Amino acid sequence: MPKINFIEHNGEQHTVEAASGDSIMQSAINNLIPGISADCGGECSCGTCHVIIEPTWIEKVGSPDKTEEAMLSLNPDRQPHSRLSCQIKVSDNIDGIIVHLPEFQY
Amino acid sequence: MAGIVIIGGGQAAAQNAACLRQEGYTGEITVFSDEQYVPYQRPPLSKDYLAGKHDIERLFLRPASFYKEKNIDLRLAARVSEINREQKNIKVSSGETVPYEKLLIATGSRPRLLKVPGNQLAGIHYLRQLNDVNSIKTELNDRSNICIIGGGYIGLEVAAVMIAAGHDVTLVESENRVLQRVTTPQMSSFFHNLHKSKGVKIYSNTTVCGFSGGKHVEYVNCGDLNIRANLVIVGIGVIPNTELAHGSGLQCDNGIIVNDRCQTSDTNIFAAGDNTNHPNTILNRRLRLESVPNAMEQARVSAKNMLGQDQIYRSLPWFWSNQYELRLQMLGFSMDGESQVIRGDIEEEKFAIFYLNKDKVVAVDAINSPAEFMIGKKLYGKAVDPMNLGNLEFKLEDLI
Repeated sequence: MPKINFIEHNGEQHTVEAASGDSIMQSAINNLIPGISADCGGECSCGTCHVIIEPTWIEKVGSPDKTEEAMLSLNPDRQPHSRLSCQIKVSDNIDGIIVHLPEFQY
Repeated sequence: MAGIVIIGGGQAAAQNAACLRQEGYTGEITVFSDEQYVPYQRPPLSKDYLAGKHDIERLFLRPASFYKEKNIDLRLAARVSEINREQKNIKVSSGETVPYEKLLIATGSRPRLLKVPGNQLAGIHYLRQLNDVNSIKTELNDRSNICIIGGGYIGLEVAAVMIAAGHDVTLVESENRVLQRVTTPQMSSFFHNLHKSKGVKIYSNTTVCGFSGGKHVEYVNCGDLNIRANLVIVGIGVIPNTELAHGSGLQCDNGIIVNDRCQTSDTNIFAAGDNTNHPNTILNRRLRLESVPNAMEQARVSAKNMLGQDQIYRSLPWFWSNQYELRLQMLGFSMDGESQVIRGDIEEEKFAIFYLNKDKVVAVDAINSPAEFMIGKKLYGKAVDPMNLGNLEFKLEDLI
């Protein structure tokens, strides 16, 4: 099973095993990772599953589509490699990925 | 020692249990759900799940294994029949009595029933639970004659799915416009036209007075109008499930009365979700909301307060709906506005209506405009220049 490394804003790291096909958001929810609210359940409607992808992984993850970009565009914690984790599918291709959690979800 | 008992198996119940563990609570958590499935998302029921785009596993908020791993005792198909506040226990319909230290009532709401002659005929459905949708799906033919009663979000979402699947769809609304209860005439007319253009027949100002047929529904009777239908879906609102709370003497009035800590009139009992009548400190009035974001937030706030953290519920109401290729996101209540500014193009189905009260933003309805919705969260309660707000040349970020 692919591994995902979540790093909280305070530096605390959580490594979880995720099911291929799930979203990164779902893996966070299943493992009680703090800092991901995911109120809309993965519809790209609330913007509360914001993560920042470690730069070395961004090529494999890709960039947001139009809707996701619009949801992220005005986020005050927006970084160049910000994504909504509900829009990223887990696969062997991203086994070992490092994602950082922002201090707040908006 | 008695632990925490959660009554209900919806999103608030699941989120409360998860949050308790996330916050480090190690005592017993027992969840009583009268449904047979592990807690699932309700919003997709009238959208992607009905359309067959989601399988059932995708609905589950977390896999069944989660509850075992986190030592959450999830009792499915178990109905709580009584709360005994003096003895601090609940009674399950199986006869078992379970003590609690803290109790969460997250019993949600149920569909309002249409009480007219013939309403017991086969083929008449409501849409609230997974089982409702499963039975609707088994009754669909290649081209069903579907009559939807109620032009609220459920009705419109179901109409969108059914017309896209090639069925014949008629929608009946007793008020003079769809979404009458929740939005402005302008938005109502936008949605009316949208659905009409897709082929939905809409009858406003039309009251259903009965159903006719043999064993199975054949016609929906609305006075002079008789609509042929072999499948009827009724979505005319919900009623909060307050009977357990009321029966135990907790204060109820259009929902269970809670304070800004999600605490009921009994300090050991909390409530979260559709069934709460709660104060909103941002809007400065009491609300009862039928919304997932509210259920999730109240679940988190109540969990923290159960553990002795002093957490205040302070949240702007927001809602979403997906119909056809259209994404609607709403913030606040448009009825709070006294004027409005449109940003974008209604014809192109990409616009947002900002509702203002003395130049302050009090609500936003955003159609295919996520950025406008997001900025609405920041602009809420703040004064803006209406000219700039309505001018697409003026950048959103410069409005802040």
